[in-house]
Amino acid sequence: MKIIVLLKRVPDTEAKILINQEGTGIREDGVKFVINPHDEYGIEEGLKLREKLADGSKVTVVCAGPEEATEAIRTALAMGADDAVHVCDPKLADPNPFTVSEVLAKAIQAEGFDVIFCGKQAIDDDLAQVQSILAEKLDIPQVNNATAFEMAADCRSAKLSRRIEGGDEKIETSMPAIISCDKGLNEPRYASLPGIMKAKKKEIRKKSLADLGIAEVPGTGRSRVLKWLPLPKGGECRIVAAEETVDAVRELARLLREEAKVI
Amino acid sequence: MEWTFTDEQKMLKDMVKKFVDNEIRPVAEKIDKEKKIPRELINKMAELGFLGIAWPPEYGGSGMGETGYCIMQEEIGRGCASTATFIGAHQSIGSSGIYFFGTEEQKQKYLVPLAEGRKIGAYALTEPNAGSDAYNPQTTAEDKGDHYLVNGGKIFITNGSFADIFTTFVKTVGGPNDGKMSVLIVEKEFKGFKVGKIEEKMGIRGSETAELIFEDMKVPKENLLGREGRGLLVGMKVLNTGRLGLGAAALGAAKEALALSAAYSNERVQFGKKISQNQGVQWMLADMAVEIYNMESILYRTAWMYEQGMNITRESSIVKLYCSEALDRIVDKAMQIYGGYGFTCDFPIERMYRDSRINRIFEGTSEIQRMIIARDVLHAKNL
Repeated sequence: MKIIVLLKRVPDTEAKILINQEGTGIREDGVKFVINPHDEYGIEEGLKLREKLADGSKVTVVCAGPEEATEAIRTALAMGADDAVHVCDPKLADPNPFTVSEVLAKAIQAEGFDVIFCGKQAIDDDLAQVQSILAEKLDIPQVNNATAFEMAADCRSAKLSRRIEGGDEKIETSMPAIISCDKGLNEPRYASLPGIMKAKKKEIRKKSLADLGIAEVPGTGRSRVLKWLPLPKGGECRIVAAEETVDAVRELARLLREEAKVI
Repeated sequence: MEWTFTDEQKMLKDMVKKFVDNEIRPVAEKIDKEKKIPRELINKMAELGFLGIAWPPEYGGSGMGETGYCIMQEEIGRGCASTATFIGAHQSIGSSGIYFFGTEEQKQKYLVPLAEGRKIGAYALTEPNAGSDAYNPQTTAEDKGDHYLVNGGKIFITNGSFADIFTTFVKTVGGPNDGKMSVLIVEKEFKGFKVGKIEEKMGIRGSETAELIFEDMKVPKENLLGREGRGLLVGMKVLNTGRLGLGAAALGAAKEALALSAAYSNERVQFGKKISQNQGVQWMLADMAVEIYNMESILYRTAWMYEQGMNITRESSIVKLYCSEALDRIVDKAMQIYGGYGFTCDFPIERMYRDSRINRIFEGTSEIQRMIIARDVLHAKNL
């Protein structure tokens, strides 16, 4: 079975994010990048499925991203993925979800696939669009925000759960399908130390758009980011104090009405 | 000159940091209070390859060498000094004698399970009358033909209460090496082996420190490590590298103390302003940062030298001496910045303060390190 896991390189959740001066993106100096945490659930699910099948199935990481994404890909290989495809092209400097989905679809079709796992969204732009567009392009079902996954014995369908308000939704889907993974699905493993040493010997197949037979950057103009703006600075905080609480409340009400004019 | 970690080393650092954040730091207080490192934690570290990180894969290790070991110990030292001490005793001093001096049979029998973490190692050198004068053991090993008959005991043995395999220093009695020091690989299963008193300690309370008692303990001849009467060589070689790991754990603790102090001084308000705005506090933070930069620089430079095959006797003593003393100054400043809160058990500073002190004592006191450094300075042609 060919198990595809999608990976996006994103800033570390602990990183302090600052918009660059031109408003075209974030300042990357000093920012650590990691595997999108939701994608880690996808990688883990792929590895678990491979271990359960134990029939020579392979887990292939597919990533569209800059040169520097290699580090995140290596980490996925250190966790145990077998190999990787890295679509890396200067033309992909500022992609929208259509672009990424088209590129990933081409790369995945070239690889062949039986199931695709990915995170429910990337923690940087929070768009959560790629899995749906990709499902459309590959003409396969999608199940989003999965919290449980079980492949049928014949591998032609799978049962899943999705956490919904007040309960779980049980779903069955035919295979192949694309599954976007949510917290609770599994506990992603750490890259073991021998895994880290083995990762450098695993193959990362670098592909340009031309390698995938893409002449024009797809999806250009469908949507684009105009500008990135920093949040407006928060106003001054004033503490209204008085001997008696009731006086403080009276003063606060007066300020809200007369100065802030909100009541 | 290039001064960066390799991709694998960076990945290792990230991975261990994540592991420490998730699995070690949250239980550090519990480890201290309960005076025990949970077996599940040891098992998890073993599965990930922590317990044999430095040794080559053919002996069950992860093949990341001394620099990899130091990177790991630095990160673990950030989370829990007791856990770092456990690993140091197990791997750096508890297994490296077998790696450096063991025969192929000894390596297969002992090093492989140690590296894979199926067995736990310890280093049994100190005795009641052999502390700084370490190479003068009174534990005797009498040559009985096919085995040694060992009598005596050891004290202050880290991991002593639960380790399986001990690199044990003895005085040879009888035969051509009468009176000379030798090293034996001792299993806890050997008849005549007994664990004695378990120490109550000021710091690194989660690391178990025990007395070992040997009563007519038979050790097979094939468990002699290195050559008979040449125990000094084993001891020196093992401690030379062990000192780097100790420096690494101290560096990690120092970085943690600085990070906590910086964060706290940005939160704590006195006289209507953050205490980080006081120059007195800023100077403390600056001095901590300077010492940390020194620690980091000498540690990884020396680890690199070691991996180039250079002699690091003087340098590893400098690393051990400087890192242990700098850490003590750093945790002291951290305590001062935290003030009364730092003195309470509600904040990690008091534990770090207690944990720090042993570094100036074990694996050779600061004074012994100065003796080693001075001896090398006085004898060196090239200063």
